[in-house]
Amino acid sequence: MRDRIFRWESVLLLLVVAVLVYGASSTTGFSSSDNIAFLLLDNTEVALLALGLLPIVLTGEIDLSVASVLGFCSALTGQLWNAGMSFETIVPIVLVAGAVLGTVNAALIVKFGLPSLAVTIGTLGLYRGLAYVVLGDGAVTGFPENFRPLATDTVPGTFVPYATVVVIVVGALIALVVHFTPVGRALYAIGLGSETSRFSGIRVDRVKMSLYVVSGVIAALASLVYTLRYNSARADNANGLELTAVAAVLLGGVSIFGGRGTVVGVLTALLLMAGLRNVLFLNDVTNEIQNVISGLLLIISVLVPVVTNLLRKRRHAAAAPPPPSTQTPSPPDPVGAAAASGPYEEDQR
Amino acid sequence: MNLSRLRTLFSGREMSIVAALIVVVAVTTVVNTSFLSGQGIHDLFLNASIIALLAIGQTLLVITRNIDLSVGSVMGLTAFLSGQLFINDHGTPVFLVLLAGIALGAVCGAFNGALVAVAKVPALVVTLGTLYVFRGLDYGWATATGVQQVNADQMSPSFLSFGSGSLLGIPNLTILTVIVLAGAAYALHNWRSGRELYAIGSNPQAARLAGIPAGRRVFTAFVLSGALAGLAGVLHASYFGTINASVGGGRELDVVAAVVVGGVAIFGGSGSVLGAVLGALLLTTITSALPILGVPAFWQRAVSGAALLLAISLDRAVMLRVATKLREQRSASRA
Repeated sequence: MRDRIFRWESVLLLLVVAVLVYGASSTTGFSSSDNIAFLLLDNTEVALLALGLLPIVLTGEIDLSVASVLGFCSALTGQLWNAGMSFETIVPIVLVAGAVLGTVNAALIVKFGLPSLAVTIGTLGLYRGLAYVVLGDGAVTGFPENFRPLATDTVPGTFVPYATVVVIVVGALIALVVHFTPVGRALYAIGLGSETSRFSGIRVDRVKMSLYVVSGVIAALASLVYTLRYNSARADNANGLELTAVAAVLLGGVSIFGGRGTVVGVLTALLLMAGLRNVLFLNDVTNEIQNVISGLLLIISVLVPVVTNLLRKRRHAAAAPPPPSTQTPSPPDPVGAAAASGPYEEDQR
Repeated sequence: MNLSRLRTLFSGREMSIVAALIVVVAVTTVVNTSFLSGQGIHDLFLNASIIALLAIGQTLLVITRNIDLSVGSVMGLTAFLSGQLFINDHGTPVFLVLLAGIALGAVCGAFNGALVAVAKVPALVVTLGTLYVFRGLDYGWATATGVQQVNADQMSPSFLSFGSGSLLGIPNLTILTVIVLAGAAYALHNWRSGRELYAIGSNPQAARLAGIPAGRRVFTAFVLSGALAGLAGVLHASYFGTINASVGGGRELDVVAAVVVGGVAIFGGSGSVLGAVLGALLLTTITSALPILGVPAFWQRAVSGAALLLAISLDRAVMLRVATKLREQRSASRA
């Protein structure tokens, strides 16, 4: 299990290297520091949302409302700024708002015991709608010049934007918690068996509650970056970004059923998606074709473990001594009777 | 006999949606009487028809504990297909366009279904992937042919009049949707394969052990959902008369919301197509009622989101109460 995880991350890393090498050799301007900075900057918000999503998916739940939380917080920022509030006071208010929205999700999912997929599809609509209620469909611009560089400029002397530093810090914090603390281990345990974890003394409800609050705060943080980067607060900011974030998490090797995945995997997947899109963009491939490739990448990423499993099983069957007459290497069951179940389930035969 | 069948047709859930629908319509009509005029009702059904078609397909899948997030993209693809058909031949017969749309939708559904049923990849992941892929193909097609938008004057008049026309005062699209609804409801209720969809959704493992060909059933459900999305795309084109590659964008979440509001459990095993269609009708009605009630258009998304949350919370509350009642009854009978 463990080496398989390592293998997926190395595959991703190899792909990233391949994309970078291809980009640098074939595309003029790809390796310029301006372009790399743009590439990193352009994916800050997706990266933050994906990082907030990762621990939730590890527990086998999902949060589709992240981009709507971002939209609401952006609209709130705009409205408060319009009202003449100073940006220093807006920041904590927006972060608290993100936490509140996350708490609403958590309360519905954990306290009421409702399925997270249904709840967050609901709050996806609700929060986006509230964003429009707060700000209408106009835009607020003119955010302070002393804050905007934080979301647009690079750290002096390097090609790394400040916003990317934020991503790295958040990523490191999440990695620390997920991989090196008892809480992190609890996430995997909950993902593999919520009931079993409860009986082993893990406070499943409390852990899940806090994950949604954290996800809300991170989405609020992403909204600040987004608003400052585009210098525009709008209710439809980051519309639909939740699907890209989910795609990045899954491409990173995190199982949708929970219990499997790493922070490194998700960050590498983000880098891969960012790099690939950038190379295609520079080669004048339209945004829409880039989406096809992202989608295919996502499908392939879940197909690879299935196919390798199948091949391994076949090899085992071939290496084994001649089977009794009832047992054939590949059962002639073309549709697979085990359809509606999970992909990584071991065959019981 | 007849009465009990009627009662199963309108179980508690369907009745409560109908009640909610009546309240919304009544309140809105008090504010503006034209809401309940012949034209008003005509428009309500017309607006709900396309999303209801999608909801029927989605229900088949959600019942089996699967989901199809790619329906909006499939719809966009087939809407664009119908536009392209008319550019190639202005006089393309309407039924041919419908068939082509259904066929293309079914192919998209088969692709999803094969990945889920044969390769055993979770449906949420597969259809999230194909959501991008199909939409991208849609845009790619538009870019490759240089056709960014197809307008009404490029489509045949018979196609447009099919989309906006009506029979005995009932919109054609609504008639089509009701036919599909009746067929799906009958099959789910009476056919062996229909019952098996519920079995697969309520316990996949047990269904398999009971000898149900789960893979084939799930695959079929995906093909049907795709075909219905394909049909919905063509109907969208014929109703609105103007299409581009972005048709149906974001529809997937509206559809899932309608299905869940309609009482179909997101984890499979229960729910009805009638409920899902009523859910779609309720959400559409709320959306069209808001501006009349003087609620700014901004509130629309918030209200449909809140309606979804309310619906699943009420379901949960009812379920908990039933569970306690059953427990009390059992302990009372034991005493």
